[in-house]
Amino acid sequence: MSGFKSNNAVVNWVEDRLPVFSMLRHSAVEYPTPKNLNYWWNFGSLAAFTLVILIATGLFLAMNYTPNSALAFDSVERIMRDVNYGWLLRYLHSNGASMFFILVYIHIFRGLYYGSYKAPRELLWFIGIAIYLTMMATGFLGYVLPWGQMSFWGATVITNLFSAFPLIGDSIVTLLWGGFSVDNPTLNRFFALHFLLPFVILGLVALHVWALHSVKSNNPLGIEMNGPQDAIPFHPYYTVKDLFGIGVFLMIYMAFVFWAPNFFGEPDNYIPANPMLTPPHIVPEWYYLPFYAILRAFTVDLWFIPAKLLGVVAMFGAILILFALPWLDSSKVRSATFRPLYRQFFWLFVINAFVLGYCGAKPTTDFLVTVSQIATAYYFAHFLIVLPWLSRKEKTLPLPASISAPVVKAIAVGAMLLIGATGFSGTAQANTATHELLKPEGGFSWGGVFGRYDRAALKRGWQVYHEVCSNCHGVKLVAFRNLAAVGLTPEEIKAIAAEKEVLDGPNDEGAMFQRPARPADRILSPYANDKAAAAIHGGAVPPDLSLIVKARANGPNYVYSLLLGYPDAPPADVAIPEGKMYNTYFPGYAIGMPRQVFDDVVTYADGTKATQEQIAKDVVTFLNWAAEPELEARKSLGVKVMVFLALLTALLFALKRQIWKDVH
Amino acid sequence: MADTAKNAQPSAADGQTRRDFLLQAASTVGVVGTGIALWPFVHSMNPAADTLALSTTDVDLSAIKPGQAITVVWRGAPVFVRSRTAEEIASAQAVNLSELRDPQSDAIRVKNPQWLIVVGICTHLGCVPLGQKPTDPRGEWGGWFCPCHGSQYDTSGRIRKGPAPKNLAVPAYQFTSDTTVRIG
Repeated sequence: MSGFKSNNAVVNWVEDRLPVFSMLRHSAVEYPTPKNLNYWWNFGSLAAFTLVILIATGLFLAMNYTPNSALAFDSVERIMRDVNYGWLLRYLHSNGASMFFILVYIHIFRGLYYGSYKAPRELLWFIGIAIYLTMMATGFLGYVLPWGQMSFWGATVITNLFSAFPLIGDSIVTLLWGGFSVDNPTLNRFFALHFLLPFVILGLVALHVWALHSVKSNNPLGIEMNGPQDAIPFHPYYTVKDLFGIGVFLMIYMAFVFWAPNFFGEPDNYIPANPMLTPPHIVPEWYYLPFYAILRAFTVDLWFIPAKLLGVVAMFGAILILFALPWLDSSKVRSATFRPLYRQFFWLFVINAFVLGYCGAKPTTDFLVTVSQIATAYYFAHFLIVLPWLSRKEKTLPLPASISAPVVKAIAVGAMLLIGATGFSGTAQANTATHELLKPEGGFSWGGVFGRYDRAALKRGWQVYHEVCSNCHGVKLVAFRNLAAVGLTPEEIKAIAAEKEVLDGPNDEGAMFQRPARPADRILSPYANDKAAAAIHGGAVPPDLSLIVKARANGPNYVYSLLLGYPDAPPADVAIPEGKMYNTYFPGYAIGMPRQVFDDVVTYADGTKATQEQIAKDVVTFLNWAAEPELEARKSLGVKVMVFLALLTALLFALKRQIWKDVH
Repeated sequence: MADTAKNAQPSAADGQTRRDFLLQAASTVGVVGTGIALWPFVHSMNPAADTLALSTTDVDLSAIKPGQAITVVWRGAPVFVRSRTAEEIASAQAVNLSELRDPQSDAIRVKNPQWLIVVGICTHLGCVPLGQKPTDPRGEWGGWFCPCHGSQYDTSGRIRKGPAPKNLAVPAYQFTSDTTVRIG
């Protein structure tokens, strides 16, 4: 850090008082880096970049979010619908969290493969585990905030983990909840902690980088740098390589944000939290699935230790055992490149982790529990038996004398990200359909990269909703003013709104009164409240339809099928209770709603023939718009962003090649 | 640029030109993209669609007698609706505009001389002036008196004394009947 002199007087003035410039030069410019790092070494900087995006989007989301159990769900939907670019911020944030975990998992496996946890990097490794643990807590807390069904029941299940501890368990849980169930106090503190922990992670990342810069980077050969011939300065070589990595990563990340924003999520989380009803199949966020499988693998008490406690201890132990790794694996050779046996066991461990993830995603069956038990046993055996044994017995290959000697081929970054993105996520989908769903002829208009809503179908769909569905169902997240997007004129909107009465007040006499609705009012259910609706409908409340398409797996086809799923002759072997109807596609077959969609139940203003299939398709189009009004803006912005990123990434790639062409 | 040139030991001047071009092109595209990417964050702080949609307030004037005033809420802020007496109207209209800091005739500040409708926020630093209740101080010109820093407004809501730079703002409004007005 000595001898820093700049031509700029201001820089020198600052430098003399606070040596930031020499520090920057020392740790971000001159920092000697092994010249043979492959693309697996990009993931640390990618994760740091993603953390910054998460903090920035989170900050702006927090400006619009309300941490109150009565308001949280609707405030998130307000972000999605009314806040300028709110949908973008939220999808960047939720998908960013998944990306962060994918990047960090690859980063961890990179460390495992190349022995980056071994001396002198143990402390670097420990800080990394601390980051990972803090991320797990932060991700969990954040998932609770939208206050949907998965939020609520995830919070209930995870906090109940602590009840497994003897004597103090129940008191801990009550303390976490701030009450006797997950409720408003829980949500309040979870929000506060979710805001705090990312900054804790940021601090840990600073320590992680500090520790890294003290011991220097490991590399694919796992041997230390011998001298200047093995090293290159961080800038410009790795700055440009990291920037190119960011370009590629952003394209993958943005593909999810703009075209599959709910890929990593669960449809059930678009149903508001209901403390009285647990969804039939609850799963944690995908990044916890392997540990969730370990938790569920313990089904039998061991002597005096209850199975519940065993599961919880094993689950935490599965992460904490990573702290012992530098001593469990005492092989002097770091990189799996020179450890032929370890390399095979490493991949076995990776596969085993995916097996655990798969088991964690699926409903428990005897078979899967057995698989989970074997996989859990292997998980721990890898650390406690395989690694210590390998350390003693394995015949390692001769190490090269220096980094400069061999040429290590870089592996394509795209292939690796693909593994990360597709591996776990697909398994996290809960599948409830028993009958294959119907699909409308010609499909829906809004699929695909450029998909848009068919304007005529949207307007017809509104007509169906207005004349048929709205007799029992509201779309309370949609305001009359939003119908401009359906194709109604301001005058038509005013007239439609004025048909409905809404409660307002109190007036100057202190009384509540009814007045005609205005365009800014929401399209509410015709019932005063859920109790009134249930009383009329024999105990079943017609659900609000604002998010119905998003809140069901394969939503558009499900709703389409359900509307048409009333066979003339129901199967005789299914018992349907009094007052219920048979529906082929409804879970359990017994639905409260009678068939509503018949040929010509509406007369279309535009002259389209009102077959039942046409009506169902049109109303699903309307309901999908009600659930995803941002879809068209999202996809069209996505195309622009992708074109831009392709250009930027191509330039960075060319620049990277130009800068690197004299190395090797 | 100087830094990178020093470190890379270019093999040929040709490569150096190519590299400079790529560096400048990538930097430009990157900086422009980052700049554009900031806009959604900034714009998210602007009023949301539902906030913008709640921009009208209906006021029933039938119960307000001459000399009385009511305060209604419009876009989250107070609006003064005052039924002026004949003397108040006369004094507002008689002012010599050259005496005013923010010269405006009374005629352009009202649609119906009886009803003065102004945003009840002092143009100095945003306090709500006193003068709505009969017991409130109304200042030397019988309009409003701002307790924060002593600005005084006349019966047309014009600034007459004190630090405020502008007259009380007149919101957009229209009479929907003889006794109702819609603000916004």
